[in-house]
Amino acid sequence: MRWWWWIPLLLFAGFLGVAAYQLTQPKDDLVPSAMVGKPLPEFELPPAAEGTSGVSTADLKGGKPRLLNVWASWCLPCIAEAPQLERLKQEGVEIVGIAIRDRPEDVAAFLARHGNPYARIGADDLSQVQLAIGSSGVPETFVIDGEGVIRYQHIGDIRAEHVPLLLEKLREAGK
Amino acid sequence: MIAELGLAALWLAAALAALQLYAGTRALRPGGEAVAALVRPAAVVQGLACAIGFVMLLWLFAITDLSVKLVAANSHSAKPMIFKLAGAWGNHEGSMLLWVAVMALSGALIALIERRLPEKTMLATLAAQAFVGLGFYAFLIVSSNPFERLPQPAAEGLGLNPLLQDIGLAFHPPTLYFGYVGLSVAFSFAVGALLTRQVTPEFARVMRPWVLGAWVFLTLGITAGSYWAYYELGWGGWWFWDPVENASLMPWLAATALLHSASVLAARDALRAWTIMLGVVAFSMSMVGTFLVRSGILTSVHAFAVDPERGSFILVLLTLYIGGALALFALRAGTVTEGQRFSITSREGALVFNNVMLSAVLAIVLFGTLYPLLTEAFDVRVSVGPPYFNPMGAIFVVPMLLVMTVGPLLRWRGDSIGRIQRPLILIAVIMLAALVAALALGEAGVLPLLGLALAVGLAVASFLPLRGRRLTRVPLAVWGMVIAHFGLAVALFGMASESAFSEERLAAIAVGDTARVGPWDVTLSEVLPAAGPNWTAIEGHLLASYAGGDPIALDPQSRSFWAPPQETTESALATRWNGQLYAVVGSDAGAGRWQLRLWWKPFVTFIWYGGMLVALGGALALIGRVIDDLRRRAVRARIAERRAEEAV
Amino acid sequence: MSTLKPKHQRLVLVVIALVALVAAGLLAAWALRSQASYFYVPEQMVAEPPAPDRAVRLGGMVEEGSIRTLPDGVTVAFVVGDGKARVPVRFAGILPDLFVEGSGVVAEGRLGPDGTFLADNLLAKHDENYVPRELQEMTEHQKREVVAETEEGA
Repeated sequence: MRWWWWIPLLLFAGFLGVAAYQLTQPKDDLVPSAMVGKPLPEFELPPAAEGTSGVSTADLKGGKPRLLNVWASWCLPCIAEAPQLERLKQEGVEIVGIAIRDRPEDVAAFLARHGNPYARIGADDLSQVQLAIGSSGVPETFVIDGEGVIRYQHIGDIRAEHVPLLLEKLREAGK
Repeated sequence: MIAELGLAALWLAAALAALQLYAGTRALRPGGEAVAALVRPAAVVQGLACAIGFVMLLWLFAITDLSVKLVAANSHSAKPMIFKLAGAWGNHEGSMLLWVAVMALSGALIALIERRLPEKTMLATLAAQAFVGLGFYAFLIVSSNPFERLPQPAAEGLGLNPLLQDIGLAFHPPTLYFGYVGLSVAFSFAVGALLTRQVTPEFARVMRPWVLGAWVFLTLGITAGSYWAYYELGWGGWWFWDPVENASLMPWLAATALLHSASVLAARDALRAWTIMLGVVAFSMSMVGTFLVRSGILTSVHAFAVDPERGSFILVLLTLYIGGALALFALRAGTVTEGQRFSITSREGALVFNNVMLSAVLAIVLFGTLYPLLTEAFDVRVSVGPPYFNPMGAIFVVPMLLVMTVGPLLRWRGDSIGRIQRPLILIAVIMLAALVAALALGEAGVLPLLGLALAVGLAVASFLPLRGRRLTRVPLAVWGMVIAHFGLAVALFGMASESAFSEERLAAIAVGDTARVGPWDVTLSEVLPAAGPNWTAIEGHLLASYAGGDPIALDPQSRSFWAPPQETTESALATRWNGQLYAVVGSDAGAGRWQLRLWWKPFVTFIWYGGMLVALGGALALIGRVIDDLRRRAVRARIAERRAEEAV
Repeated sequence: MSTLKPKHQRLVLVVIALVALVAAGLLAAWALRSQASYFYVPEQMVAEPPAPDRAVRLGGMVEEGSIRTLPDGVTVAFVVGDGKARVPVRFAGILPDLFVEGSGVVAEGRLGPDGTFLADNLLAKHDENYVPRELQEMTEHQKREVVAETEEGA
């Protein structure tokens, strides 16, 4: 037996090592908001569709913690997270929506098809509020405590496994 | 019901693969004769079951069953039927199912018709095939079930995006998968031959059609992918050395080497261990490519389903398949007896040189692709691009092409340079003449000049193996080689010409003004808004005339989509026999002017014509080999018949 | 030339293959050290500027209000910042899709002697739409999106 027959296996083992190491490294491409822990900026948004009410900073300061969901009707993942928002609503969570660059008729169609878990929905046509609260995409969900301070940011769609985590964060924010 | 049937078919196929693996390995040991008879039937039924699974998925997509998650996520009831069907493999789960279905059908085909190898080698091969298949079944059933139901049927599918409805995109990925499947079959044969120590010329002949087929598909896939990137990205380039592109190039390089070493083994019974090694490496490269692309550990300009979990699964499969095969190789290769010897100046010698150079290029591409991974482990972010790949690749490609001009002229076993003196001088003179002509045409870099000279020399040299032969009697396989080598010369000519003689013009011009690029006069006749189902665009209307000839209308667009919001550049091309004019329109440049980017790319289309010729050559060789095999089979059957008669 | 001695042929072939592959490996290692293009964020680029003719990449945010088209109509000047430092960038060409103020960008090119980054190519970073795993596939839309999604600044 010759040693050189083992060279390919050794090279392959080296590749495996690097690949496995890289896989375990969190690939964090997401941009966390610098606003976590800070109070919400002042804003006032008109309603995003008929039959809903607009959102202002004051609406998010009423003594109890709330979820602020940044979404859009053109966003596929927002459809995927709709059932989870519905569940959170059934748990008694008040969810405030901000629709990004959307049209009222699209918003209405989205709500008709996928349900409306929102207490109110503001229209952010130029992404101004979105940028101000440090959100760089949709969907994102923020936990806002009773004083209007951002306590937690969830980036991406809410999957079933995230619901308990968000409930926990809301509980913490309520203390 | 259909989804459940499909899932049941998958489970059945997995169970049969397990049986095939057990029986195949058991049959290799003494006392295993009883189960040996199970292997081939298991492979055939497994192939059918898996194919049924895939047909069920197609059916679900055809009827748009929105209670199935995969359909709901990737299809829409209003799509044309062809795109509904293509949607079945236009996603991670479906593409994996297609891959494993084609692989299982290939296994079934081998089990049905392949009787040339010793039965034990065949059993070992089918066991290896089952082992590979089993991993994929586990992957599908455990973590990527294509038949998963939604708790509530969706009201409508999410896959209406008209952008998805691109016929090229629908058929490009399967082409590469077919290539990967062919390499997986070659891998199984290599493992089977190693397990039974039967590395014979017959083994190479049996494996070769699969390698050839894989190689044809990979060639087509790479050619199509390159053209897609060229017209779609709007950057004017045709190859970006992007990880996704490299992932398809690496198996191709390995398959090319394997193809040639298998020829040596088939014709001359030499390079035994090396051919086995390449069989393992070629499949490894397709798995490594799949891993790099799907795990998302490398960033790329092409998007893919990126998911670390799937990445881990593929990595585990990779470890089992490739680690296992390489360990087996390390243990067994020493016991594979050495093949026939040959002189350095011989067909074998030239092919060995080609193999070593191809392997070196493969190593260069592999290192370059993995290097960012390595440095990221030390928290340094780098990207590796043309400044590395082009010169480093050329160091090995140029000598390979030089030897390629003479290799096919050499005799097997031993030859002398003196015998082929005249063609040698002819080729050298042609290359020098081409070099001088290219120098006279204008300034260009060293590599493009070398490329032009080599391309012209190789184009002529590729036909020399035909000299002195009656063309009607030249075997199809030789025609295949000639055409594939000529195709490579054509592609190389396109690449070198594009890089040596391209002219670029970036201008801001007002309506009515004219910009010049190379021999073209391009007039901006008007700029108009345009609209599609979910986009609006600025469309530039250009009139391009070549050397004062009749103007051709070109309408490049800059599109804005609103759901989701994004912008894209749609290039416009004017194709002539001697090149392409490539036009991109940008945004408003102020003062009534518009940005316009124009390229004149002489002979750029030769790159893809060449690629198609290479694939055609491969296909001809494949057909030639298969016809030969069938003929030999018929002869053998006749001999057996006669013997039987004599015995009576 | 005669056939090699029986005993040695395999050894010779193995040695040739090894030498070629080791040569390829060494060449690759050497070339990668000198040719790989490093990734900088503005802070690093200001603190330790790369050699003037070295190809590097610069990643950061396009500063609000900084995009200007120069009088030739095709050269664009803007400022890339990361909140800690700012680097002026100049680019001649068609701006990429999704390139807007306030968005992320990766510029490929080299640092000029006057401290202006001369970009040959721009890649806009874009994460408008987080795509959940279930829906993720090779869609045309994502292809285009990932054209933009090169590495973000560390």
